[in-house]
Amino acid sequence: MRLPNGGQIDRSRKLSFTFDGQRFEGHPGDTLASALLANDQILMARSFKYHRPRGALTAGSEEPNALVTLGRGARQEPNARATTVELVEGLEARGQNAWPSVRFDVLGMNDLFAPFFGAGFYYKTFMWPRAFWEKLYEPAIRRAAGLGALSGEHNTDAYEKVQAFCDLLIIGAGPTGLMAALTAARAGAQVILCDEDVKMGGRLNAETFEIAGMSGKKWAASVVTELDSLPNVRLMTRTAVVGAYDNGTFGALERLPHEAIARGAPREAFWRIVAKRALLCAGAIERPIAFRNNDRPGIMTAGAVRAYVNRWAVAPGTQVAVFGNNDDAHRTAADLLAAGVHVSALIDARPDAKTTLPIRLFAGAQVMDAAGRKHLESITIRTSKGEERLQADCLAMSGGWNPTVHLTCHMNGRPTWRDDIASFVPTPGSVPGMDTAGACNGAFSTHAALAEGQAKALSALAELGLAAQAETLPEAEDAPYRVMPLWAVSGKGRAWLDFQNDVTVKDVQMAAKENYRSVEHMKRYTTQGMAPDQGKNSNVAALAVLADATGRGIPQTGTTTFRPPFVPVSIAALGAGGQGPGFAPERFTTSHRASLARNAPMIAAGQWWRPSYFPLQGETHWRQSCDREVGYVRNAVGVCDVSTLGKIELTGPDVPKLLDFVYTNTFSTLPVGRTRYGLMLREDGHVLDDGTTARLEDDRWVMTTTTAAAGQVMKHLEFVTQALHPEWDVSFISVTEHWAQFSVAGPKSRDLLDEMMAEDLSDFPFMGCAPVTLAGIKARLFRISFSGEMAFEIAVPSRYGAALFDALVARAETMQGGAYGLEALNVLRVEKGFITHSEIHGRTTAFDIGMEGMVSKKKDCIGKTAAARPGLVGPERDQLVGLKPVGVVKQLTAGAHLFEKEAKAIRENDQGYVTSVAFSPTLGHFLGLGFLRNGRARHGETIRLVDHLRGIETLCEVCDPVFFDKEGGRARV
Amino acid sequence: MRITCPICGTRDRREFYYQGAALALERPAPDASPETWNDYIHLRENPAGLTRDLWQHEGGCGAWVVVTRNTVSHEILATALASEVKKGAAK
Repeated sequence: MRLPNGGQIDRSRKLSFTFDGQRFEGHPGDTLASALLANDQILMARSFKYHRPRGALTAGSEEPNALVTLGRGARQEPNARATTVELVEGLEARGQNAWPSVRFDVLGMNDLFAPFFGAGFYYKTFMWPRAFWEKLYEPAIRRAAGLGALSGEHNTDAYEKVQAFCDLLIIGAGPTGLMAALTAARAGAQVILCDEDVKMGGRLNAETFEIAGMSGKKWAASVVTELDSLPNVRLMTRTAVVGAYDNGTFGALERLPHEAIARGAPREAFWRIVAKRALLCAGAIERPIAFRNNDRPGIMTAGAVRAYVNRWAVAPGTQVAVFGNNDDAHRTAADLLAAGVHVSALIDARPDAKTTLPIRLFAGAQVMDAAGRKHLESITIRTSKGEERLQADCLAMSGGWNPTVHLTCHMNGRPTWRDDIASFVPTPGSVPGMDTAGACNGAFSTHAALAEGQAKALSALAELGLAAQAETLPEAEDAPYRVMPLWAVSGKGRAWLDFQNDVTVKDVQMAAKENYRSVEHMKRYTTQGMAPDQGKNSNVAALAVLADATGRGIPQTGTTTFRPPFVPVSIAALGAGGQGPGFAPERFTTSHRASLARNAPMIAAGQWWRPSYFPLQGETHWRQSCDREVGYVRNAVGVCDVSTLGKIELTGPDVPKLLDFVYTNTFSTLPVGRTRYGLMLREDGHVLDDGTTARLEDDRWVMTTTTAAAGQVMKHLEFVTQALHPEWDVSFISVTEHWAQFSVAGPKSRDLLDEMMAEDLSDFPFMGCAPVTLAGIKARLFRISFSGEMAFEIAVPSRYGAALFDALVARAETMQGGAYGLEALNVLRVEKGFITHSEIHGRTTAFDIGMEGMVSKKKDCIGKTAAARPGLVGPERDQLVGLKPVGVVKQLTAGAHLFEKEAKAIRENDQGYVTSVAFSPTLGHFLGLGFLRNGRARHGETIRLVDHLRGIETLCEVCDPVFFDKEGGRARV
Repeated sequence: MRITCPICGTRDRREFYYQGAALALERPAPDASPETWNDYIHLRENPAGLTRDLWQHEGGCGAWVVVTRNTVSHEILATALASEVKKGAAK
């Protein structure tokens, strides 16, 4: 019921929303929970296991009960806590884990079978037959017990990742955080102040305390106004700091306001905040008391009741009973009375409790049962005189406060038990660079919070080397915190500890009885402390019950580990920017547009996109295009963009030494104007990469790498020159992006280029290189071939790439040639037995690919020693061979395995595998490259290729991997 | 984790490429024993505590950095350019 006055809501505006299809109204400033309570909708959810009716237990992010699903379709969000959902116009919320609705839930009958569903029930009941678990038991259990469901549709919302840096990160903007922020901000520190709530002030917004003679919320607002005016402060509301990580790094989740999202802002942003110092001012979480049926809708923590009354002007009931073991119970009764709400009884477990309030006080009494299934109707209390039943539609309970220590445990820290407040407090130094202050440090009064906030900020400032003075603290209450431990009221029936996971006192006791005595074992056996709330409400009480059941003290029993995140974080926020093409950068060549204009299907080659082939009108199959393009190169001239190959330019007197060391063969003897093919090994003797290096000038070299290994080779060179031979005088830089490079290949390639170039190419030698001039542009020309034909590669600065590609293709087309793509390039190289990373895949040696002769005997090089070790050379190795179909089936497939003709195609008989295949239009049949056990000695043998995956079997003849123009005459013309 | 690149300053560890033990700096002579080479290429300690690693600031200046850190606390104790460490060792 909405109270007639008060609250921090805008009564002038109404917001319409639905819950389970029913229409309600609330006001700006409401949460979904406060608006539902204002409409007397106490029942909000069904519990996880027993499907018991539940209402909100709390008013914050620790809420275990009121989990709802928001929206529908792709934007559906399950497991939102109604207590933190900001009310907006048109909000659509539904109850979950209930069918057909939270009001009438068929599976509510689970509750009747509760005696069978205790701790370890699944483990004990669904043991056999074993095969039934996966197919029958588990799916059925998952349907019956659980949380909200995902839509299964692609998420259409935007998410973002952000980085921030500061001197001091303050986590939590209650009185402690605000005081700390004010102190640090006035001293000139770069401050970030985060709070998960939509509004700063923390408990000050929910209490009636005064600070400096004004209401707490007003004081908070005035501090926020000052902070907001300072350029060195970043205020972040709706931002939960969810994890503490190494070296002052914190993760935080920001939920953006609805209006901002409507204007195109992301829905959530995941922040990575790096802080020189941090101060945790996270406050405390009130704990419930376990008694029979303490989960009835209408039973809430006392602090939540005060928050609903004071902040949202909502009376959670018309007859409220208050039950507690500390002074907060009295404060709650006072606030209710002040708001004009009837308080039916104040039950204080402490025998010496007294009150001046005009209400019935039961000192030394306990609540032992609650009645009313979908809504609390009455409670039964036990006093020294016996049992008594009291009418109540709301019960405010307080079992004391647990400091919010979670973040201090994220780096393996364990909290320390303090007997005087019956709570765990942070152990100093648990997170290097982070201090704790206020209620999360066990300082519960407002004065103590302000004092600690100021003092801890000052010490952080001193560590940062910033001068600051302690200003006079504002006046505030300093009431002592008197608590008498009370975890569970004894008696029959089920008393809830963990509301979210339906774990009762009995379950914990049974775990102890069955020897799950360690707190970590008890947690896993009962599921206490799991799921979205991570035991925020129940951990301390559960381990107190476990301590009692095992006859140990609470500090000896210890706590389970608190891990990040403090509140649930959506995967979409963590993975922001990583969806779809955002997963990896994309690189485009200068001929990309021209390729698209020619309808070339583009294919990913690492981060690059390259054209597969260039279809002509009338071609219906890629092979037609590919065969035609191969023909261009074999018979006329083809043009292909090869800019994706890595290009590294080197200079310095010690470049020859470097090249001799990283290549197996010798480069120091390479004359100016020449290019040489080279092989690189890893230190373990396997092939790293291959490519050519050209010596353009006496002291200017250009190395090319494969497209795939460009980054790796660059890193390798940097390693060698920094970590192994820093004394060498060399400089090098990647110029892959700076030069557009095109292969012009085929018998007419020289004719094509000759016409375009100032230089005469008639004597340009095979494996030559030279600077040339092309339409007034300085270019580089290399005579190298990856096709076996006479071929050139011409490189121009990237800005000319697009124009040059068009010009080359246009000329080629007048010479019965044209552009060719990756498919034709592959066919051409397979015909010649040239290797790519399909062959040098990381497990092959120079010996395996038949290049052991390239490992110079006259010098050392990376990988040379290891390459010669036993096991890396010899007949037991799989060696590179060619394969030609000889049987009825003519198809070869890459990935297929090789077997002897008569052997069974099983792993034990494996003789090797196929790495590359191509249909050769030049030779008229399929060709394959592969690795065969002792293959070089087996040329001429018939072998069986078996592709289990595609169901193909082909008989092949083993042959030399060079299928076409073995002597290489065509390239040297 | 944050690593101080001797050239660029303190940066997020995601700017760095992790190689492995700084033992990689001590390449044996070509004629060293097979055992020595095996140790160099394949055998690594897996300490709980102090370790010396090689990282490359690949998202920055490209420097190879020797990082002394604690594998238990994740504390970074010292960083130095691999080239400086190597030159120092040669003296």
